Amino acid sequence: MDLSLNEEQEMLKTMARDFLNTECPKTLVKEMAKDERGCPPDLWKKMANLGWMGLAFPEKYGGTGNSFLDLTVLMEEMGRACLPGAFFSTIVLGGLTILEAGSDEQKQDLLSGITKGELIVTLALTEPSAKYTPDGINVKATQDKDDYIITGTKLFVPDAHIANYLICVARTQEAKDPIDGITLFLVDTKSPGVSCSLLTTIAGDKQCEVVLDKVRVPAKNILGKKDEGWTYIQQILQKADVALCAQMVGGAQQVLEMSVDYAKERKQFGKPIGSFQAIQHHCANMATDVDGSRFITYQAAWMLSENLPCVKEVSMAKAWCSEAFRKATSLGQQIHGGIGFIEDHDMPLYFKRAKSWELTLGDAHFHHEIVATEMGL
Amino acid sequence: MDFRFTAEQEAFRKEVQEFLEQELPEHQRQEDGWIIRFCPEFSRKVARKKWIGLTWPKEYGGQGKSYLDRLILTEEMLKCGAPMFAHWFGDRQIGPSLLAHGTEEQKRMFLPKIIQAEISFCAGQSEPESGSDLASLSTQALEKDDHFLLNGQKVWTSGAHEADYCYMVVRTDPEAPKHRGISELIVDMKLPGITVRPLVDITGEHHLNEVFLDNVRVPKNSLVGQKNRGWYQIMSQLDYERSGIERVVSNYPIFRDTIQWVKDTGLGKDPWVRHELAKRQTEFEVGRLLCYRVAWLLTQGTLPNYEAAMAKFFCTEFEQRLADSLTKIVGLHGQLLPGCKTMPLAGRIAREYLYCPAYTLQGGTSEILRSIVATRGLNLQTN
Repeated sequence: MDLSLNEEQEMLKTMARDFLNTECPKTLVKEMAKDERGCPPDLWKKMANLGWMGLAFPEKYGGTGNSFLDLTVLMEEMGRACLPGAFFSTIVLGGLTILEAGSDEQKQDLLSGITKGELIVTLALTEPSAKYTPDGINVKATQDKDDYIITGTKLFVPDAHIANYLICVARTQEAKDPIDGITLFLVDTKSPGVSCSLLTTIAGDKQCEVVLDKVRVPAKNILGKKDEGWTYIQQILQKADVALCAQMVGGAQQVLEMSVDYAKERKQFGKPIGSFQAIQHHCANMATDVDGSRFITYQAAWMLSENLPCVKEVSMAKAWCSEAFRKATSLGQQIHGGIGFIEDHDMPLYFKRAKSWELTLGDAHFHHEIVATEMGL
Repeated sequence: MDFRFTAEQEAFRKEVQEFLEQELPEHQRQEDGWIIRFCPEFSRKVARKKWIGLTWPKEYGGQGKSYLDRLILTEEMLKCGAPMFAHWFGDRQIGPSLLAHGTEEQKRMFLPKIIQAEISFCAGQSEPESGSDLASLSTQALEKDDHFLLNGQKVWTSGAHEADYCYMVVRTDPEAPKHRGISELIVDMKLPGITVRPLVDITGEHHLNEVFLDNVRVPKNSLVGQKNRGWYQIMSQLDYERSGIERVVSNYPIFRDTIQWVKDTGLGKDPWVRHELAKRQTEFEVGRLLCYRVAWLLTQGTLPNYEAAMAKFFCTEFEQRLADSLTKIVGLHGQLLPGCKTMPLAGRIAREYLYCPAYTLQGGTSEILRSIVATRGLNLQTN
């Protein structure tokens, strides 16, 4: 047993924190929430130059072949920094799906573009039903000779407005079990019939409604096996869950540190409020939620890195972190008092993300159901 | 990072499981057995396996194994509700305290007997007027020619009626500031002047006691460590006391058995039951990891402090939520006392529910522990 990061991971963490402190100040985060694109091009380029886009991909596709655990370390720092832009969508949702499902040729084409920072790819999974289960997939893809015609609406698609490609999860066959008959299509966002509009979200991140109106996609753009797309999605959702948990760990850690610092500075009744037990216990509760989140997340990340079966561990992590980050930001707001309620302050950035990330990829209720099933109930 | 145990450690876990299967009959298994069940016969079986003092140096009869090995051993024992009290305190904290602060004579005298499960200890800390504010304790130990003269009272002393010795915290300098006049003594419970009175707890059981000390003459060589430096010694002992896996698996047997019952009866289809159990399972996992961290830190040569406090309050509060959940899952049966034939499981659950307030009190209240996390872990100012 070794519960510490290795030397390279510690270096990556320090380097990422320093870089993001300099290059991703909260002024930029707030600016990007109001910006139409929401993805600062200079920062994107610098991140690519650091090799971050290729961290999780093999060398033959332009990456550095690091482990998923290494990516988790980086995601934690990104969550701490509230990094705006398309890293999560392109690397985790897009890139890892291509790595999981794509042919060697598709991987060569797409991953080399992603690792260079030249391509933005996202996953168009959820629909107006807002479900993460296969019965939520109703966008239809019908074969027409060598092409497929895709029609339907995808909702909550991150960064679709700036993406070069969507990986569209579509139904190619009505089956008795909704898990069957789902196929992944690589859709060029410039294709006729694709229209995209931004949703107005609490966190100012960019999620879109994507309407596909008889979009013609060549059959060679299918990723993985036809009708078996959900098996890839199950794999990807596990990694996405853990990557999102890592962001929540980073965010919660930052909220804890901000709140403790504030409790040391802010004086009432002639004393720092952090000397009062009521505030101390809030801080202790936050610290416990943060530490718990970190261990349960890294356990799942490590298991994914080692290719160990971990459906239960992943869902426990997402269930736990969803609640823990939300609770930590609520206590953080309480400790900060009125100032934390002001838009210019940094606290709202985390308070908003905590709710957004809690709901994204399934909340605690959704994941507890998976845990129950895995317990044999 | 590596969340796995080594092959040797997994083999050791298996060996412990097999030992328990053979040596621990059903009627000796009980939730909270580690703190409420005194069973020297079982402790001697454990001793014969050389599993007491597992982490202690070989020169004192220990096995020189790691804290993770001890964690595995304890986890498996507790998962079966093993009655460990007869060797519990000696193994968990008295031995480590003697190794850290004891004289060579004390080590030679006590460690082999603890390891052989020949003697058992209780811990004399709390007093009627000194609970969370332990440093205010007033049991006096006046240094006379060849002995300390003890007068005062201890309370909540688990197993004092069964233990051979009490590891006692006393005031040796009433004039000094409260933290600087405290010492630790090993007191033979057979000494004249000691009276033990039972305190029957909410479950109707007797394991807690009051201990009265009336002019008890304790030989001078019973002093552990430096006179008047006892407080600083206690602090690290409490970190050991708080840090164990016992904080998260005390009522594991009933958790496991209820899950099985839920599966067998089809109640597992009930959405509320599914979610209640999944929530507790998730909390159990987090608690387990917080305890593993403490053991792992010990293997790294780091004495945990806020981490142990955090693990203790989180885990004990989880165990209370668990007991509450289980009573609701069995519904009306959750009020039946043990021994009721209609549903034996429910009796165990109800007993557990009655016992669980103790979890967040013994070994430091949750409030004290949160303050430790805040002040020692987060450097918030002590008021």
